[in-house]
Amino acid sequence: MLRLEGLTKTYRTGDQALKAIDLSVPPGQVMALIGPSGAGKSTLIRCINRLVEPTAGKVWLGDTELTHLSARALRRARREMGMIFQEYALVERLTVMENVLSGRLGYVGFWRSFTRRFPQTDVDEAFRLLDRVGLLAMADKRADELSGGQRQRVGICRALIQNPKLLLVDEPTASLDPKTSRQIMRLICELCSERGLAAIINIHDVALAQMFVSRVVGLRLGEIAFDGAPTGLTPEVLTSIYGEEDWEATIQKVEDDEEPAEAAE
Amino acid sequence: MSSELNALLGKGWKKPPFIKRAWLRWTLLAGFAAYLVAAVSTVPVNWARVYEGLDRGAAFVMAFTSPDFISRGGDIWSGMVESIVMTVAASVVGIAISIPIGLGAARNIAPLPVYLICRGIVAISRALQEIIVAILLVAIFGFGPLAGFLTLSFATIGFLSKLLAEDIEAMDRAQAEAIRASGARWLQWINYGVQPQVMPRLIGLSMYRLDINFRESAILGLVGAGGIGATLNTAFDRYEYDTAAAILILIIVIVMALEYLSGVIRARVQ
Repeated sequence: MLRLEGLTKTYRTGDQALKAIDLSVPPGQVMALIGPSGAGKSTLIRCINRLVEPTAGKVWLGDTELTHLSARALRRARREMGMIFQEYALVERLTVMENVLSGRLGYVGFWRSFTRRFPQTDVDEAFRLLDRVGLLAMADKRADELSGGQRQRVGICRALIQNPKLLLVDEPTASLDPKTSRQIMRLICELCSERGLAAIINIHDVALAQMFVSRVVGLRLGEIAFDGAPTGLTPEVLTSIYGEEDWEATIQKVEDDEEPAEAAE
Repeated sequence: MSSELNALLGKGWKKPPFIKRAWLRWTLLAGFAAYLVAAVSTVPVNWARVYEGLDRGAAFVMAFTSPDFISRGGDIWSGMVESIVMTVAASVVGIAISIPIGLGAARNIAPLPVYLICRGIVAISRALQEIIVAILLVAIFGFGPLAGFLTLSFATIGFLSKLLAEDIEAMDRAQAEAIRASGARWLQWINYGVQPQVMPRLIGLSMYRLDINFRESAILGLVGAGGIGATLNTAFDRYEYDTAAAILILIIVIVMALEYLSGVIRARVQ
């Protein structure tokens, strides 16, 4: 599905953000990418859809190699990859519906998008997605009128309406309260399994990652320091990723948290 | 408690001065004061001439109590219409040209060569003052509102492109990035990712520029570029201060009306 071969990114300042990363994600797998700030998590997922140009290495999405695509082919490839952002990155002065439909921009021509006359199937799908995340009534509200959790759900709709094969998720819960964070993570994981989507989720909340995903990759200074099941995250492993600290509480918290299963709104 | 902390406790605290060396600080202050006195004292004032001029000044100010809209009513009306047409046409054309140049002059969305060209256009437009441009264009196109219209369009480009480009450079990158990640093409990216972010400022600046253009149109008449300024100039030349007062009052009223209108519009587009 997604395969990275020797993916390297060196910024102009000389900082090596990624050092020859090899990684593959099979179809339908939801993978969490953890690591300290500056480990290269954001750079990694941005190198996949080339919002950041990788310095070396290859990115295979299915049978397509992405790093050498022309501008036009890159736009086509980006349609296959939905992205969900830290702090939502909704266009604040557009309505919820415009934000969701902007996920279809790769499929419609300029005049259609300029006049906001999207094909009926796109409009129907937008309503269906908004209904799925419980925001149907908000369709004509401006994005900046929504709360954080609602905004991120709009962000999820925007990514899904692209009908992607892969979701790239960058710190989806970074500015949300603990309860909303879980609801958003649960929603992303549910939608991935409903649609058989693969996903890479950057997250710095280790406990939250352990709760929802089947595979965790730890990144440290641009290199993979851990790759395995969430149960494999022992204090020793976390120390190797983040450095010396008392990890018992972090791991403990996960086990406590499993019990009160709250329903998504 | 550390000895470092102990030394500080109980002592007052003051913001450190911007210039640390006390002698330098005081020398600069004294130097500035001395310069101010010297500069003012070198401006020549001919008190006898000022005394004579007071009468004329008083006549001019008194004219505001009895402005004459009637006796040159036809001239005032045609001058006003000319100014307004010039202002609106120049604003519309100027804004339409400013938008692509503004996009090109924003470093975060334009490639370097385009950026340099657009910044060059902006720099030229801003370097040349309206009056100088108007004198040049009057020389080329002759007296009349065409020269005024072209002058104001040209000046609008420098003003609006620069401020629009700066607003684009200060936009939230994440919002624009999200649109790009969906596979949008360049124009769609501008329309969805950039335009909504800068629209309120663009509208506000356009209204402000309309206001400036109207005021400038009154000046441009003085160098022969048409509009109400020409009528005003004629009134002064004939010592018809009551007509001049009427024209100035009209200009003030229109500028205030535009100011009010732009306030209303800006509040609505936030």
